[in-house]
Amino acid sequence: MAKMTLERLRALREDKRLELSRRETEGKLIQITVGMGTCGIAAGAKKTLDAIVEAVKEFGLNDSVLLRQTGCMGLCYVEPTVEIAMPGMPTVIYGKMTSDTAKDLVRKHLVERKLLDNHIFDRPAVDIVRK
Amino acid sequence: MAYKNFILVCGGAGCETCKSDEIFKALHQQAEAQGVKNDVQIIKTGCFGFCEKGPIVKVLPQESFYVEVKPDDAREIIAEQIIGGREVERLLSKKNEKTSANVRIEGFGSYQKQFRVVLRNCGVINPESIDEYIAREGYAGLEKALFTMKPDQVIGEVKTAGLRGRGGAGFPTWLKWDLTKKAPGDQKYVICNADEGDPGAYMDRSTIEGDPHSVIEAMTICGYAVGSNKGYVYIRAEYPLAIERLKIAIAQSTEYGLLGENILGSGFSFDIEIRLGAGAFVCGEETALMRSLEGNRGMPVPKPPFPAISGLWKKPTVINNVETFANVPVILTRGGAWFAKIGTEKSPGTKVFALTGKINNSGLVEVPMGTTLREIIYDIGGGIRGGKAFKGVQTGGPSGGIITSESLDSPITYESLTALGSMMGSGGMIIMDEDDCVVDVSKFYMEFCVDESCGKCAPCRIGTNQMHAILDKISKGQGSEDDLAKLEKIGKAMTKASLCMLGGSAANPTLSTIRHFRDEYLEHIRDHKCRSGKCKDLVVYEIDAAKCIGCGLCARKCPVPCIAGEKKQPHVIDKARCIKCGECYKACKFGAVVKK
Repeated sequence: MAKMTLERLRALREDKRLELSRRETEGKLIQITVGMGTCGIAAGAKKTLDAIVEAVKEFGLNDSVLLRQTGCMGLCYVEPTVEIAMPGMPTVIYGKMTSDTAKDLVRKHLVERKLLDNHIFDRPAVDIVRK
Repeated sequence: MAYKNFILVCGGAGCETCKSDEIFKALHQQAEAQGVKNDVQIIKTGCFGFCEKGPIVKVLPQESFYVEVKPDDAREIIAEQIIGGREVERLLSKKNEKTSANVRIEGFGSYQKQFRVVLRNCGVINPESIDEYIAREGYAGLEKALFTMKPDQVIGEVKTAGLRGRGGAGFPTWLKWDLTKKAPGDQKYVICNADEGDPGAYMDRSTIEGDPHSVIEAMTICGYAVGSNKGYVYIRAEYPLAIERLKIAIAQSTEYGLLGENILGSGFSFDIEIRLGAGAFVCGEETALMRSLEGNRGMPVPKPPFPAISGLWKKPTVINNVETFANVPVILTRGGAWFAKIGTEKSPGTKVFALTGKINNSGLVEVPMGTTLREIIYDIGGGIRGGKAFKGVQTGGPSGGIITSESLDSPITYESLTALGSMMGSGGMIIMDEDDCVVDVSKFYMEFCVDESCGKCAPCRIGTNQMHAILDKISKGQGSEDDLAKLEKIGKAMTKASLCMLGGSAANPTLSTIRHFRDEYLEHIRDHKCRSGKCKDLVVYEIDAAKCIGCGLCARKCPVPCIAGEKKQPHVIDKARCIKCGECYKACKFGAVVKK
């Protein structure tokens, strides 16, 4: 993109904001976010990400899943962490999500639409940013 | 078939002990009995924190947060909420209830003790996508500053906010900016200090890794406010991922025209370069950092002149820490008055802490100033690991001190931590339990300071060495009672006479532990005893002949080897040759190896 003017920055912000909130509310998309700070990566987040990609492919969900990375969610004691947001299910953060449990997670949460036992943790604070 | 509701029962250690298992079973029974077991999934989760209000039960998607739930409440939760669709009011955590009266957050009623301003985007956006940053109010602060405010108004907003330096010293940020703006000179600089070096601290690393644009935006705003067109981020080379993401972010914002020549057509230009530090702790000290940035050896110089008058290449310079900067875009978009309402009057805003050590839920924690240590350790951190006794919390790293259980309820502010003999510091918070030895901890921090002292001034160079030698003696049971007075005397001299804060605060961990735990020091000196067993030279390993079955496992594990004995006969440790590695102690399955 070329250099922006003030107007274009404002338009882009509004566009992207709406896009993000659409994704969160009425989207058909399944959003899987993996915490990829140094803490997450040290605990195996890259392998977890690979395992999720593999499992998503295996269950034929490629077209409906958007896989993202993010920084540290603050839950260092249960890294790697993975957040799943999808229509019809509450948005939750899973911790201690190693590559071994990742396939279980995809099958259970995405396919069977059940939460995975013993792996859910609370997002530590409310979001202060306007949606 | 999809479930309509999900009930999450806290399975953390604290809740386990107070009947979360029974609640879990009761909920299952009730769901079955009331015929809704196919509508609701009941599962166990990790710890929610809030252990003193446990057991916790949360119902999704309503996000109902129930506290102090009893097994008998299961019937009502199923009948009322799952079938009736109404929350069980009497179990709800009161949303606006804040235990500390001095923490004020308006409009954000939540059961949670954390409040994220600095970390607003961490763990939410993709740090490598400028679009996602922009979507969440990103660069709106810069836009507001450039097009609707004069530089003085920007500084005024930061003043209204009451933002103080988050590197630990707590100097008013607006004042640094104002002095730099008013200082004569055609060239001025903005520096972001990302040379985070305290052991156990990783707040700045996580902030840059999770939200690099917030720092870039803030530095640009600062450049506009003080009249600078050049910024440097001084970051340690040990943070490769943070550096990588910062580089990506700088490239993206430059491409978008949010950095570089004529930003957004406003006529204002600003550039940022990254400079890598080679890992010397002293380079986190601002004057040493600037010498290193200039290409010289990183050593502090006397202040004044302050950086605002004569900083980088003797030009007026603003130097702020990562966390300080990360607050700035929010202050601009929401206004200083909004920010000033968070936290306490003298310490507005939040503080990020890296909670580590003997704590159940270690992690990156952001709380409003004024939150108490007890809330951080027990409500957020989930208490001490393994149910052990809390001994103290070390804040401020090698410059800070230990805060003990008597002070758990004092609010965290710059002033209160200093009054307790510690300091805010950059935000490392290391929890210690009964197994930690204060002499050992003090020795560790003093050793760190010996290694990291740049050697320029005598009080620090010689003082740290002398203090370390005395602490080492005490840890070996060779200390005398005079040594405590000597430590205090040297410590005071260092505090007064050192050139920079590295030496000026290096004695803090030792002095504060002597103050709080003099009896433990005396135990080492008089009784040659270390109650926690951390000081190896004072520990003796023996085998209890009555318990030893002669399996020989300890002898096989011993690296010396100094354990002998016939098969099926009690073994014996040759104490003269024992190196006290503790392998036998760990290996024995019968508790026959004892530590004295």
